[in-house]
Amino acid sequence: MIIDHPLLGPRDAREFTYLGDAALIDRPDGLAAGAEDAFYDYLYLRDNPAGLHRELWYHEQGDRSWLVVTRDTRSHEITQVELARDVALALGRGA
Amino acid sequence: MRYSGFRILREALRGHRGWGPAWRDADPQPSYDIVIVGGGGHGLATAHYLAARYGARRVAVLEKGWIGGGNVGRNTTIIRSNYLLDGNEPFYELSMKLWEGLEQDLNYNAMVSQRGVLNLCHSDAQRDAYRLRGNAMRLHGADAELLDADAVRAMYPFLNFDDARFRIRGGLLQRRGGTVRHDAVAWGYARAADSRGVDIIQNCAVTGLRIEGGRIRGLDTTRGPIAAGKVGVAVAGHSGAVMAMAGLRLPIESHVLQAFVTEGLKPVLDGVITYGAGHFYVSQSDKGGLVFGGDIDGYNSYAQRGNLPVVEDVCEGGMALMPMIGRARLLRMWGGIMDMSMDGSPIIDRTPVEGLYFNGGWCYGGFKATPASGLAFAHLLATDTPHETAAAYRLDRFRAGRMIDEKGMGATPNLH
Ligand SMILES: Cc1cc2nc3c(=O)[nH]c(=O)nc-3n(C[C@H](O)[C@H](O)[C@H](O)COP(=O)(O)OP(=O)(O)OC[C@H]3O[C@@H](n4cnc5c(N)ncnc54)[C@H](O)[C@@H]3O)c2cc1C
Repeated sequence: MIIDHPLLGPRDAREFTYLGDAALIDRPDGLAAGAEDAFYDYLYLRDNPAGLHRELWYHEQGDRSWLVVTRDTRSHEITQVELARDVALALGRGA
Repeated sequence: MRYSGFRILREALRGHRGWGPAWRDADPQPSYDIVIVGGGGHGLATAHYLAARYGARRVAVLEKGWIGGGNVGRNTTIIRSNYLLDGNEPFYELSMKLWEGLEQDLNYNAMVSQRGVLNLCHSDAQRDAYRLRGNAMRLHGADAELLDADAVRAMYPFLNFDDARFRIRGGLLQRRGGTVRHDAVAWGYARAADSRGVDIIQNCAVTGLRIEGGRIRGLDTTRGPIAAGKVGVAVAGHSGAVMAMAGLRLPIESHVLQAFVTEGLKPVLDGVITYGAGHFYVSQSDKGGLVFGGDIDGYNSYAQRGNLPVVEDVCEGGMALMPMIGRARLLRMWGGIMDMSMDGSPIIDRTPVEGLYFNGGWCYGGFKATPASGLAFAHLLATDTPHETAAAYRLDRFRAGRMIDEKGMGATPNLH
């Protein structure tokens, strides 16, 4: 697989390590009400779709940025690559 | 029809005209007491034990493709009961005992071959860990022997003993481990279940679960609706998709695992070897091909094929351990979709939906579990209580903090 890094251009996927579902960006608030349930959900449960999947890849042997890659789990075709930082900021997680 | 040596002789004399199909190609009935979703090893074994040991009648197995087309026909056929943790070892040792009597139980030649599984160690720390594991196995009644380097050399002189970084310092040997002809496991269970009246329905994908008032009522399939008193789901890599039909999210990710086989060679390797310093394991099939594999690719996948980095990694492991493998030509490679759980251990449990039961999370090691998984799932479906060896395989163990994490990796499915 080739990941089209937004800053560096096309890179071999073996330069990256994989973390999983991009929903992991949205870490729950540990002090909010219902945190226990929210963390159970966050840590252990997955949508695990057969189809488009937004997922976190870390450019470990590169510029060490986290990317959000949108990839079809049935064909491995990659349709979108974003900087995880931009995704997190858009979710309002910059503050 | 019972299979026997006498029968083969008789058929040989009569031009083999007396063999019938091993099981009926059943059409779906409007309703069943128990429906099993998934005609892999686990689903078929469940159906067999339900009919043979729990007296269940009116049982069907629904398979979206053909039986044996999933992981049960794609794995590298290794069986072993060499686990460390209490939640696992009694279950896998039960499975080993069931393998030992399987062919008589099913009247089917599954080529169960207890040729020994040897895990190599390459450091003092690894040897200590294997000693601990071996002792845990023996405490649960399994067999385990710790070998030193000379004993390993006597068994497999062709291994690369003097690698500068990863010398072979010994290994943990389970002599009762080995291999089983994987397709024959699916066919043998199918034939045995069918002979007790179980309908095995192929080309029948489940497309929906009918749930009313928190209780399962039946299923929608590509061959029409089917009413069911109880439904047991055993669909391995497709667990997420099927359980989503009941609105459930699972502690599971689907990943691809690859396997490889070389051209047929003369006998060179009479047991199973795993490399302790890289992702590589190998055995030789009775046809002569070296069957080998390594780690999962590491990203979510339903593609049933992997990518080049892992192919290279596995082959590098093979060359490091067993340099002569470089002379063999690769014949085929393929992939299967693994139901990787959050602690690397399986789930056999009821679900929040009354009458809906789940069997999954087998990761890359569910083939060896097939008999015990079938028996434990049948027990659960028939009695509504967990089988004593599978009592730890609860769906709520992640919430409760009772993980069964053999590798100690935490909630990272691609590292188990
Ligand atoms: C390359 C590879 C090597 C492996 N090596 C080993 C090994 O050496 N030792 C070991 O112990 N384990 C090994 N495994 C793991 C083992 O094969 C699996 O854990 C085990 O086979 C899973 O259980 P199963 O046989 O029931 O799965 P499967 O055979 O995959 O059965 C599940 C079935 O469910 C069906 N299904 C899915 N969705 C639906 C639906 N909606 N409706 C109806 N049917 C559906 C599928 O078509 C499939 O036939 C390996 C796996 C792979 C891929």
